Amino acid sequence: MERNMSMTKVVMPEQDPNVRNKNFSEVALGYTKEMAMEEAARCLNCKHKPCMDGCPVNVPIPGFIEKVAEGDFEAAYEIITSENALPAICGRVCPQENQCEGKCVRAIKGEAVAIGRLERFVADYHMANATATEVKIEKNGKKVAVVGSGPAGITCAGELIKKGYEVTVFEALHKAGGVLSYGIPEFRLPKDLVAKEIETVEKLGVKIETNVIVGRSVTIDELMEDGYEAVFVGSGAGLPRFLNIPGENLLGVYSANEFLTRVNLMKAFKFPEAPTPVKVGKKVAVVGAGNVAMDAARTAKRLGAEEVYIVYRRSEEELPARAEEVHHAKEEGIIFKLLNNPCAIHGEDGWVTGMEVIKQELGEPDASGRRSPQPVEGSNYIIDVDTVVIAIGQSPNPLIRQTTPGLDVQRWGGIIVDEDTMKTSKDGVYAGGDTVTGAATVILAMGAGKKAAKAIDEYLSSK
Amino acid sequence: MYKIVSKETLNSAVELMEIEAPFVANKCEAGQFIIVRVDEDGERVPLTIADYDRERKTVTIIYQVVGYSTELLSKKQVGEYVEDFVGPLGMPAPLHKCDHVVGVAGGVGAAPLYPQLRKLHEMGVKVDVIIGGRSAEFVIMKEKFEEFCDNVYIATDDGSLGTKGFVTTVLQELIDKGEKIDEVIAIGPLIMMKNVVNVTKPLNIPTGVSLNPVMIDGTGMCGGCRVTVGGETKFACVDGPDFDGFLVDFDECMKRQGMFKEEEHECRMKNAQ
Repeated sequence: MERNMSMTKVVMPEQDPNVRNKNFSEVALGYTKEMAMEEAARCLNCKHKPCMDGCPVNVPIPGFIEKVAEGDFEAAYEIITSENALPAICGRVCPQENQCEGKCVRAIKGEAVAIGRLERFVADYHMANATATEVKIEKNGKKVAVVGSGPAGITCAGELIKKGYEVTVFEALHKAGGVLSYGIPEFRLPKDLVAKEIETVEKLGVKIETNVIVGRSVTIDELMEDGYEAVFVGSGAGLPRFLNIPGENLLGVYSANEFLTRVNLMKAFKFPEAPTPVKVGKKVAVVGAGNVAMDAARTAKRLGAEEVYIVYRRSEEELPARAEEVHHAKEEGIIFKLLNNPCAIHGEDGWVTGMEVIKQELGEPDASGRRSPQPVEGSNYIIDVDTVVIAIGQSPNPLIRQTTPGLDVQRWGGIIVDEDTMKTSKDGVYAGGDTVTGAATVILAMGAGKKAAKAIDEYLSSK
Repeated sequence: MYKIVSKETLNSAVELMEIEAPFVANKCEAGQFIIVRVDEDGERVPLTIADYDRERKTVTIIYQVVGYSTELLSKKQVGEYVEDFVGPLGMPAPLHKCDHVVGVAGGVGAAPLYPQLRKLHEMGVKVDVIIGGRSAEFVIMKEKFEEFCDNVYIATDDGSLGTKGFVTTVLQELIDKGEKIDEVIAIGPLIMMKNVVNVTKPLNIPTGVSLNPVMIDGTGMCGGCRVTVGGETKFACVDGPDFDGFLVDFDECMKRQGMFKEEEHECRMKNAQ
């Protein structure tokens, strides 16, 4: 096979920005077979595989890419799924530029191999073409409970079921998927696809019980009395943070969680056919600049807002969102108001009429290593908006820690674990994902779920 | 799917349903609530628990047929199922032993008040209740309260049953008569709870209220249910739904309740066609 020495990635087709900012269909359209094979030929198949060091779940990247280059896409799928249960999702939402692609040798001179796009292609190809094969797993008669059906929980459950455990996942909402279902929008991660990936895990025998809130409907101690020999907690970071500035309880102010949940989980974009509404005014300010903020801003635009602002207190350089999300947001017409910090939300008759911000300049680096923003005295001004979405982060939900004696947590609420085994201070209880780290990425949560599954297996095998 | 095991019409606007929900029935306490979704794609509707039966594994809800989703619920019959039923949500009501508690219920607020007063009675507290409604027809659960309350007072706007006037009229009369009241628990429309607090606060009679704001998940995730209590923002779904009535900013609650008024109307119209 001939190596493709092009310095740039094969371009992935996308919907035109001015078309897609009015619909909820997926932005990126994916590679064709030919594109995938052409891109795969850019991989040098390095002996030391630096890309794999960047992957939290250790996907054998050069191995699967080689199969793509040969046109054996099913073999590529087998290789990926030996380590990663949710490839169609990871191919779309992983921050590859900081992970696998960030370590790619081709990136030293030119662009990295498009590992994410290739992973996505392989997963999509499999979903479209493969026929389900029966997998026979020998049961070992031991029961494990998983709390939360997000990326951490689903991955942990998928790993454990393959090892012969009987696994039940308890989900608080009416739908499985966690942040993949309620948080990340349709145009970035189609919900049909999330459902299919979860179905794959269910087909292996994982039981998902929706509408069960661990900590309220049942406690971890009760699950253990009920015969579950180990519990994995992947309950995420679901509690929205607010700014604590005047006017935050005015009508028209949402947490990003509420705004996105209304649209993604409750399908408010189809209102009134779907009965849950969402109100998007003409001018929307989204506070924060992470991936969630980009999702909220791009969603607001699609719902018909004329002007949508990202309001962020630091500068372009510190923007925490994935580069691709920022790029897409800008293409779609989102206006970035950087070095602006909200200090009050103004209203009339209870409704938002504007957001007061104070301009910032960057000072010395702070504890996070980023230059800390300092207010410019007297630079306050009001941005004329009728909707405000607060997207400055989430904390772990307190329900589990409040109802599980013996579970040690950080002062800010994160569950404390041994980093190698994800074991908590309570025997038989493991935890991973955002509930341990605070809001992070899908792939880190999956990595944690996988690590925990391995440790749970070792613990229960030696018991 | 959760089976409807019994259904009753309490008046022209209010119905009762007993639903099989083992997880909720096992654990719920007075003051907590559930979220019901009638069908696929349905809204998540929060309703306070009116009763529960740990043996039968059932939970009773009482709801007013006021909008699209409650109309949809109302169409369901015994033997049929609702799509989702989750709980218990919120904190159990902070009930404590004292000598005398007066419960004040407005309309469908009698439903969540019932398990709280019954529990107090079981704790050995003397319990009275004032039930209010527009007219006799809208006074619900009178007989159920009579089973354990020392006194059941009724107030109706038109005087068709009990005192003509508001629940606060009766409460004020009790106070004027010199009745020693240790605590009041008021559950009903926001304006009623606000008016009850206006009576009890000057006399420093501790008053609990139960809030039911707009919310999505009910687990602390959306923050839509935020309410100012004592100058601090609280989430009614996880910090409540019961709060110290002296500290609640009722005016803000009433405004926030109206966030989706136009959309509620639009949805009802569209789906009625």
